[in-house]
Amino acid sequence: MSSKEFDPRQVPPPSFSRSPETRSHISSASDSKSHKLKEEVIKFLGGLEAAVDGGEGEGEHAINSHALVEPRGYDSARVPILQFCNEAHSLRLEDPRSSVFQQTGDEFKPLQPDFVEGNPTRLAKNCEEDFLRYYIYIHSLFLLPSLNSPVLLMAATVVPPHAAFFSAKKEIGARSSFSPSISAHRCRKHSLNKVLAVMAPTQPSRAPATTGSVKHGMTMTEKILAKSSDRSKLEPGENIWVNIDVLMTHDVCGPGTIGIFKKEFGQNAKVWDREKIVIIPDHYIFTSDERANRNVDIIRDFALEQNIKYFYDIKDLSNFKVNPDYKGVCHVALAQEGHCRPGEVLLGTDSHTCNAGAFGQFATGIGNTDAGFVMGTGKLLLKVPPTMRFVLDGEMPHHLLAKDLILQIIGEITVAGATYKSMEFVGSTVESLNMEERMTLCNMVVEAGGKNGVVPPDKTTFKYLEGKTSVNYEPVYSDESAKFISEYRFDVSKLEPVVAKPHSPDKRALARECKDVKIDRVYIGSCTGGKTEDFMAAAKVFLASGKKVKVPTFLVPATQKVWIDLYSLPVPGSGGKTCSQIFEEAGCDTPASPSCGACLGGPRDTYARMNEPMVCVSTTNRNFPGRMGHKEGQIYLASPYTAAASALTGYVTDPREFL
Amino acid sequence: MTMATTQAHAPVSTIRASTQRPHCPSRTHSLHFASKPSNFAKFAKTSFSFEPSKIRPITTPRATPSSSPPTTFHGQCYVLGDNIDTDQIIPAEHLTLVPSKPDEYKKLGSFSFSGLPSSLYPIPFIQPGTDSTQYAIIIAGANFGCGSSREHAPVALGAAGVRAVVAESYARIFFRNSVATGEVYPLELEQEGVNKQCTTGDIVTVDLERNVFINHTKGKEFVLKPIGDAGPVIDAGGIFAYARKTGMISSVV
Repeated sequence: MSSKEFDPRQVPPPSFSRSPETRSHISSASDSKSHKLKEEVIKFLGGLEAAVDGGEGEGEHAINSHALVEPRGYDSARVPILQFCNEAHSLRLEDPRSSVFQQTGDEFKPLQPDFVEGNPTRLAKNCEEDFLRYYIYIHSLFLLPSLNSPVLLMAATVVPPHAAFFSAKKEIGARSSFSPSISAHRCRKHSLNKVLAVMAPTQPSRAPATTGSVKHGMTMTEKILAKSSDRSKLEPGENIWVNIDVLMTHDVCGPGTIGIFKKEFGQNAKVWDREKIVIIPDHYIFTSDERANRNVDIIRDFALEQNIKYFYDIKDLSNFKVNPDYKGVCHVALAQEGHCRPGEVLLGTDSHTCNAGAFGQFATGIGNTDAGFVMGTGKLLLKVPPTMRFVLDGEMPHHLLAKDLILQIIGEITVAGATYKSMEFVGSTVESLNMEERMTLCNMVVEAGGKNGVVPPDKTTFKYLEGKTSVNYEPVYSDESAKFISEYRFDVSKLEPVVAKPHSPDKRALARECKDVKIDRVYIGSCTGGKTEDFMAAAKVFLASGKKVKVPTFLVPATQKVWIDLYSLPVPGSGGKTCSQIFEEAGCDTPASPSCGACLGGPRDTYARMNEPMVCVSTTNRNFPGRMGHKEGQIYLASPYTAAASALTGYVTDPREFL
Repeated sequence: MTMATTQAHAPVSTIRASTQRPHCPSRTHSLHFASKPSNFAKFAKTSFSFEPSKIRPITTPRATPSSSPPTTFHGQCYVLGDNIDTDQIIPAEHLTLVPSKPDEYKKLGSFSFSGLPSSLYPIPFIQPGTDSTQYAIIIAGANFGCGSSREHAPVALGAAGVRAVVAESYARIFFRNSVATGEVYPLELEQEGVNKQCTTGDIVTVDLERNVFINHTKGKEFVLKPIGDAGPVIDAGGIFAYARKTGMISSVV
């Protein structure tokens, strides 16, 4: 919409809260109360306007893209904004004693426990920012015709405003605090993250990003590493010291990492940042193997000793559901818990850490020694990889999933095709993928030898992140003039479902050409193929067929959240059935406790482990000899569609047989 | 953060010194010459960028023996193909063993290469009933160590008694872990197909001064690539020792 045609009075007002409970609260509010709300909002806005203009009425504004952050007059408007926040909150909760901030003069200290997690000062500032942005947005609507800033356009796309709201624009009254039930809640969770992401945040956690001018074009990976090493520019091949944003470890590598940390930094050493380490038991959990159980104890002891903020513990192994902190597979948990953020550097003691590249960050796997080093210093020496670009265009056929795309790519470039390189995925098909599908794509970058994978963040990314993290992030994007070491283009509309035959992820073959391969079982799970979307896909195939599976079909949800989704979310086109119901009707095994499970074999008593030689179609990531347990086992890597189709026939099957 | 110094001489590798190497049976020709990282000093100044870049050679080197010992590995080799992944090097079921615990470190060694399919590799890497290997040097094809990031892989090899891997190419995480731990020297060959010209049991020498790999049994010599960027880190004795030198972390207990 062009600014010239825009009349704020014709536009619907912001939907003040996206949370279901607040919306229902508003709708159940009495008429007089909502009328009061409107009055108050208008008065407030009038006051703000006056404050910004220094009381001189409408005039030119010093709002430009920088002033988003520091508009003239914000200082004087700041107090009413924060007061407004408090009153909004108390009105929303219908409790005059409830407030977000404790106000002492001009000092606002956050009170709510949600706000106090993490750095209270930063969170208070986050709230201020949110209000600031809201205020600018509202304000810009009034002044729209006189403004040419891209800000307002971005702001306008965030939230649609209301006509009736501004009809009383002329009634500019005295400044007052008031109470629409807005951003108190938003401040906490549903802040204007989209806007936030595009504009520079007020307080980056490190020195302002010197991402370099376009004279020296850098790829996304190069930019992220430059930002994180306080360099204005760098080139592939350079070794640089990088500041780490998040370090993840789990039960298999955690104990070893901890051992090294203590040995090298001292038995009483403290980790570099108790909030930046995420410890996620997930590999060998539901087993009676004593050492495996002991390893979870080791990481728990360390988490307690170091007061690690994010430790997703499990104590009762007999029932995962009674462990409220337990998540499951680390890479899916990292995403679901909001630890993956655009522009950041995430390292994990697991090769599939590259999974998080789906969020437009640099994420890669490291060993215990490197991780021990990061634990103590918060830095690591990394070599900047050159970037390979993969352009995926064309409409995604309905029988294809991201797994097919990555298997296609690995088959193309081989298991060493991306060694020491970054893989950047762009194109219209990539843009059409949801976050879980993007994760599947980046997850298997390591199978091509890749150091990391990246997908440019966009509104899909930001929407996924809403409500998951309160940490400011700053996405970066490859420059136009960036240099890529190679480029591959795919017309996705022409691709077909593929599998990777034993015993290598690059032994690509068309699923339909393997239809004579008799199979003994199907495994659907892991970070690669055990997310909610993966199970939804499998359910679709079972639903389309209506028949029962011909071979044992094992389902291992990646996390508790995924497990819950299987039992609660309706599958589209099923008339309200959940995945679990569809799986049950199809004769699959009951969905198991969430963990890495048999993807990598594990202790002998691991559920669905391959203890005899047999043929398995699996949604996992590797099929080297012995991967799922038995050295003579044969694993066909496939998409959830292909896996489900194969379960129904007892042979490797192209899902088009059913879809 | 600035890094102002680099190493011209190699100090003792603290990480390596702390690991215990099992004794290799002497009935074979597996003589183990101690390898000193000082050989890599000449590569110390390659492609590191520091800001500000003020690289001063060390003027007071740490104590090293006055006569540098031979920088070679000598012994029997075990030959592998391409794409040997970490699950074959150390199957996942053994990952409950924690490498930083000395007794479990040794146990890890006893399971190294137990994931190799016996149809392709009929000669066991570790004789049944023993917990270390007679093969001090691994010869491999391309992409050695692909797969998982588990550090248990190079650790298991080191714990079993492997001193060096001579491969056509490496997967990056394995290479990095080898360097960081100092457990095995990851050396790369200049030409392809060398593993096809070797047989398990051949007597070989890895000469780090001349950068050659000699197969005495077959009477052939092959060129090794310089260790390159890994040099300064191995030189210093692993990333921790390197970081201490550059002042990133203070000396530790």
